[in-house]
Amino acid sequence: MKYFQNIGLYFIMLTQVFKKPQKRSVFRESLFKEVDELGLKSLGIVAFISFFVGGVVAIQTALNVDSPWIPKYLIGFATKRSIILEFAPTFMSIILAGKVGSYITSSIGTMRVTEQIDALEVMGVNALNFLVLPKVIAAVFFYPFIVLLAMFLGIFGGWISGFMTGLFTSDSYIEGIQLDFQPYLVRYAIIKTMVFAFVIATIPSFYGFYVKGGSLEVGKASTQAVVWTSIVIILLNYFLTQMLLG
Amino acid sequence: MIEVKDIHKSFGDQHILKGVSATFHKGDTSMIIGSSGSGKTVFLKCLLGLFTPEQGDICYDDRYYSKMSLSEKRELRKEIGMVFQGGALFDSETIEDNIKFPLKMFTDQTEEEMKERVNFVLNRVHLENVNNQFPAELSGGMQKRVAIARAIVMNPRYLFCDEPNSGLDPQTAIVIDNLIQEITDEYQMITIINSHDMNSVMEIGEKIIFLKKGLKEWEGSSQTIFKTDNKAVTDFVYSSNLYKKVREAYNKG
Repeated sequence: MKYFQNIGLYFIMLTQVFKKPQKRSVFRESLFKEVDELGLKSLGIVAFISFFVGGVVAIQTALNVDSPWIPKYLIGFATKRSIILEFAPTFMSIILAGKVGSYITSSIGTMRVTEQIDALEVMGVNALNFLVLPKVIAAVFFYPFIVLLAMFLGIFGGWISGFMTGLFTSDSYIEGIQLDFQPYLVRYAIIKTMVFAFVIATIPSFYGFYVKGGSLEVGKASTQAVVWTSIVIILLNYFLTQMLLG
Repeated sequence: MIEVKDIHKSFGDQHILKGVSATFHKGDTSMIIGSSGSGKTVFLKCLLGLFTPEQGDICYDDRYYSKMSLSEKRELRKEIGMVFQGGALFDSETIEDNIKFPLKMFTDQTEEEMKERVNFVLNRVHLENVNNQFPAELSGGMQKRVAIARAIVMNPRYLFCDEPNSGLDPQTAIVIDNLIQEITDEYQMITIINSHDMNSVMEIGEKIIFLKKGLKEWEGSSQTIFKTDNKAVTDFVYSSNLYKKVREAYNKG
């Protein structure tokens, strides 16, 4: 029963979030701050993970296709496909759900338990719109760039791993990544990322905004937010894949 | 004038406010007192619109809260200043940005005008050279003064304070009390303070409402509170040894 209540409350929250900002200049300022907090500050971890996971995917593929009947360019092809289709949009979104989701819940949750949100409400500010909308806009429009970067670095990491291990040649890898390139798959990845970004910004905000209690409850809410955000991303990934590729 | 008419508020099975009515006038500093769990904070939060009463109404100068839309309530709240128990300052922003926030949000003042106003209110609460500091870098008393400065920066008609002296030493508490009273007189606001500090009650309580178990038990002033024979009030007032001794000395003449 509580799950249904929370789902209802989440959609009621969204009706308050998607209202016209009360002051455009204040909204713009918050938006730039959130692009920095949620986007730019995640670039390091995204770059690091993408590069090395790309390398691992290429090595694993090379080790598993050692038959002389299978052409070596398939290593590059398989690495490219798995990075574009799943690793960059879904895996990165799960990573961001952990990093950014816990930040969002703990920052909004701390504002709740220290009465800062009450202070905003008493001033006449629509606290949900003020706190959550800049996060949603920042995430939805900035995360596709992060995912494009993850795609590039993942494929690049795969290429570097060939040099390092000698499992495949640069030429065969490059031939593989050029083979059967379908721009729609990149569009599909970006559509998924935008949906996941919306989930990453709103579910942790929900848990932070409605937290009750003290610092311990804020910590618990952060954990719950990350768990539920990840679950929703995985479920949506299944349905979106079915809808867009099936 | 703020008129509170028979408000009731429950949380689940707990009936916190069981029909409280009161009237607050312009230029008066009113105190809501009572022991912990008496419903003071819920009463204040109902007045602020943070909680919606199940029954009864609150009227702000002929504007009934229950008849207002959400946007009208937000408009009304721009006339309200609030000092929270813990200050509720935005801890990631400087003192100047904290005080400037309502001005940025609701006025079209230039940066220079806002800065001038911030310095004026900081000066009014006797704080200087704290503009670029963060709330965590200030003492409790200074944080309370910043909270008062933020509450009055928009020239509110109504000022609410939730236990403004909690956690402060007696000397600083008196400074805060006097400051609130001075500001109330100066701007002719309706000020309502939630407190269980008898020193504050004696210092600035022009009107006192005593709540007990969600009901208004007694209403009077700092002059009449020592003369009342209401047992709940006398138990509350004389729970402190200091006031017991004052009473004994008074009775001995």
